[in-house]
This record gives sequence, structure tokens and C-alpha cells, in this order.
Amino acid sequence: MAKHRGRGVAAINYPIGMNLGGDPSQALVHSNPSGKFTVALSSIDLGQGMKSVTRQICAETLGVPIEDVYVDTADSDTGPHCMGSFASRGTHRVGNAVMAAAREARAVMMEAAAEELEVDAGDLETDGRGNIRVKGAPQKSISVKDVAVAAQFRQGKTISGRGIFLVPLSDVDPETGEMSPATCYAHACLIAEVEVDDETGEVAVLKMTSAYELGRALNPKLVEQQLVGGAWMGMSHALYETPEPYYPDTRNGPRDFNEYLMPGPGDICPHDITVLERPAPDGPFGAKGPGEMCANPVLPAIANAIFNAVGVRVNELPITPEKVLRALKAKNGAPASRFR
Amino acid sequence: MRTPVQFSLNGEEVAAFVEGGANLLDALRETVGDLTVKGGCWQGTCGTCTVLIDGAPRLACITLAETCAGRSIETVAGLRRGPDLHPLQTAFIEHFAAQCGYCTPGMLMAAKALLDRKPSPTREEVVEAIGGNICRCTGYEPIIEAILAASRAGDRRSA
Repeated sequence: MAKHRGRGVAAINYPIGMNLGGDPSQALVHSNPSGKFTVALSSIDLGQGMKSVTRQICAETLGVPIEDVYVDTADSDTGPHCMGSFASRGTHRVGNAVMAAAREARAVMMEAAAEELEVDAGDLETDGRGNIRVKGAPQKSISVKDVAVAAQFRQGKTISGRGIFLVPLSDVDPETGEMSPATCYAHACLIAEVEVDDETGEVAVLKMTSAYELGRALNPKLVEQQLVGGAWMGMSHALYETPEPYYPDTRNGPRDFNEYLMPGPGDICPHDITVLERPAPDGPFGAKGPGEMCANPVLPAIANAIFNAVGVRVNELPITPEKVLRALKAKNGAPASRFR
Repeated sequence: MRTPVQFSLNGEEVAAFVEGGANLLDALRETVGDLTVKGGCWQGTCGTCTVLIDGAPRLACITLAETCAGRSIETVAGLRRGPDLHPLQTAFIEHFAAQCGYCTPGMLMAAKALLDRKPSPTREEVVEAIGGNICRCTGYEPIIEAILAASRAGDRRSA
């Protein structure tokens, strides 16, 4: 009876978004007379940072301070349509829609500023601090707030913009079944090190080392947060979470947090993460998405590490102690570890 | 039958009528109006309703409100001191220790109970202290880091 160490590796290609009838999201951007901007979305921030990232994208595109942008995701009945927060699509799809809306709003803002300054809109630039000025003659400038007031009360203009980003439905080749379900892919590779107890069948994850390539990281702390939390969820799927095995049938399955297991703070391991940034040509400022995909490489890496440790292939998730013990019994005990 | 109960909530005396058998979570949220206490499972398994009763972490959802008469209860609503955030709150912000935020009140109170008792805990003691609190987003690591950082901040202040 012994504990065996093993190491497993897995790599994934992850399509950003999905392909069910096309994959669109919309955004609306408008300013109020105080010169502050509102982004209206139906996209949901579940804590992953959608509001923060779309706020950054909008402020950067408009050329105004981030403090002057508010993202409103309050109501999917009245907001512009969104397919949803899933498939790592939020930053890519919604971010692109926000960028398009902000571009249109910026054009109106620059026209309104040009009218106030009596210059051509093409000669104007934003300073990122809430002012619009003439290129090469920064003393000739006007604040975004004054432009907003002028647009509202003198010019009768709405400083606003509409945006949609659509990845159209991919045709399927009738001969081969081939299709192009996504326009950009994120990539990841993860190494898991485990210890398997051949007496109890328990698997402890000792360390994870990973590299994620997810386009440009628009908010590096939020990306890191997603990767750390997502890897925990991958580990949870690999080893813990299930409505089984509860006997004699699923009516006796888990009903609550007492019976539905997830790894706790004592079950986590060090995770060394490297983020590779290769900007996506069609991503907002080059971003892809770090959401759902960050859990995915953990499962096969852990399964491979268990095989490396004790030589058994468990093909059903989660890899519970019972399944490990049954597999070990079927092959007459565990061999000496092949990884040191 | 409704029973009058008096206790101290974040240092202020509170008097409320509670139904017989009512739990402290419902009493705090619905009768007293302290909405910083969250309910997750209502059966003592998720930890998000953790409050301090006489300094010890307790699950408000399985604590009878009547048994709290004369006791001192602390919730997240009492963490701030004037304009300043509690060092734990600051550390949770700086270390991105929340995503959806639903477990955060319970995590903060479980951590406060630990640091009040043991200002410089080991990592293992931090893990033990939040072992009854479920988080579905962060993977726990940022929360553990935040609590350790708050304890180090406390060391610097008292040094």
C-alpha cells in the first residue's frame, strides 16, 4: 500500500463563442448632457468582469477617461440583445459590439465639437482626459462636457452609437461535414502533478503549471482571476462534482452542499500560470476570451497524471476514489510510480 | 408566538420581535434590516451567512434568534470604522478575492474571527478558518492570500 506520484499534460484549442444560428451581441452607447457616457448591454456580469472590460473598451474607443463611462446591464427586456455570457464569448463578441457603438458615438461627438470650435472634425483629437482639441494646436480645445451640453441644448444632436458584432452561422459542407464554427481560437497547455493513494483511491492534486494564450489580456488581473478560479473548477469537475455515485438510483443523488462535493480551500494546490498574448485580428484590441476555456485542460491533464501514477485509465468523470480502486483491482494493484 | 429579543448588533443595542423558531439569518435580514448577511443554503452547509456571536463564527441560518438574547453579534455592516474600510476589506479588494461576491460576507466574518483570535495565522490556519465556507468562483487562493495580507498589514500597524 503506497502513494504514487504521476504527471500528466493536456493541450486544448478553444473556439471563442458558438455557432447556433449565428452568434451576435449588440451594444448601445450614449452620452448625457454632463458628458458622461452610458453603455447599455443585456450581457451579464456574473463576477467575471464583463462590466469592467466593456467599460475599458468603451473609454478607450471614445477617448474619454474611464471614470466617465458607466456600463448598465440592468435589464435584458429593454437592453440591446445579447446571446449570453458563456463559451468565453463575452469579451470578444460584446467587446466588439461596444467598440462599434463607441466608434459611432465618437464620430458624432467629434462633429459636435467641430461645430463648436468652428473647425473640421478631421482636425480634432481627444486627449483621453475629457477634452477634445485641434491637432497641433492644443490651446484650441473644448471639454467633452461642453460638447455634450452644446449637442443637447444648441445643436439638437444625440451623441450616441449603435454596435453589433455577428459571427454568421457557418455553412456545413454536405460531403465532409466540415465547417468553421468560430473566427478565433484560444489555446492552453496544462501540466498536473498528482498523488494517488492505492489503498483509498484518493487523488490529491499537488501542483499545476499552465500556459494560456488568449489574445491580448485587456485587464491582466481579471484574466489571472479567471484562470485561477477556472482551474479550480476544472479540478472540481475532474475529481469531485457528480450526482453519482448514490445508490441504488439517482433519486438518492445529492440534494445539497453536504452531499454534492467540491474541493475546499484545503484541497487546492500551487498553480504556476503563464499568460501568452497573441492579439486576435478580429478581437477588440486583440482580445479573445479567458472564461469557460480555462477549466478545460485541467480534466484531461489530471486523468493523464493518474494514468502516469498508477497505470489505470479512468474514462468517466469525476475520477472518484471508488473508480480508481475498481480500476486498480481490475489490473491487480498498482505498479511502481513511473514519475519521480 | 412572537418573542422579544434584545442583543447587541455591531455595538448597538437592538430590540426585535421574532417568531418562535425563527433563525438569526431571517431575524437579521427581515426584522432588523441588516442585508449584509446573506443566505445561501439555509441548512448550515455553505457558510455565507457566517456572523460572529460573542466573537465566535456562527452560522446564522441554523442559530435560533431567541438564543441570541443578551449576546453580541457582528456582521459585515459593522466592519468599517468610520470612513475607513477594515483591513480585511481592503485586502479582499486588492487581491481580487471576490468575483460574484456571494460568499464574501461569510468569508470576511470567518476571517475576522480568526484574526481577532490569532493576528498572525499560518496559511494552514487560514485554510482551516474558511474551511466551512464555499466559494464557487475564485478557487480560494485569492481569498487565502487576502487574509494573509490583512494579517501582515495588522503586524505592520502594531509594530
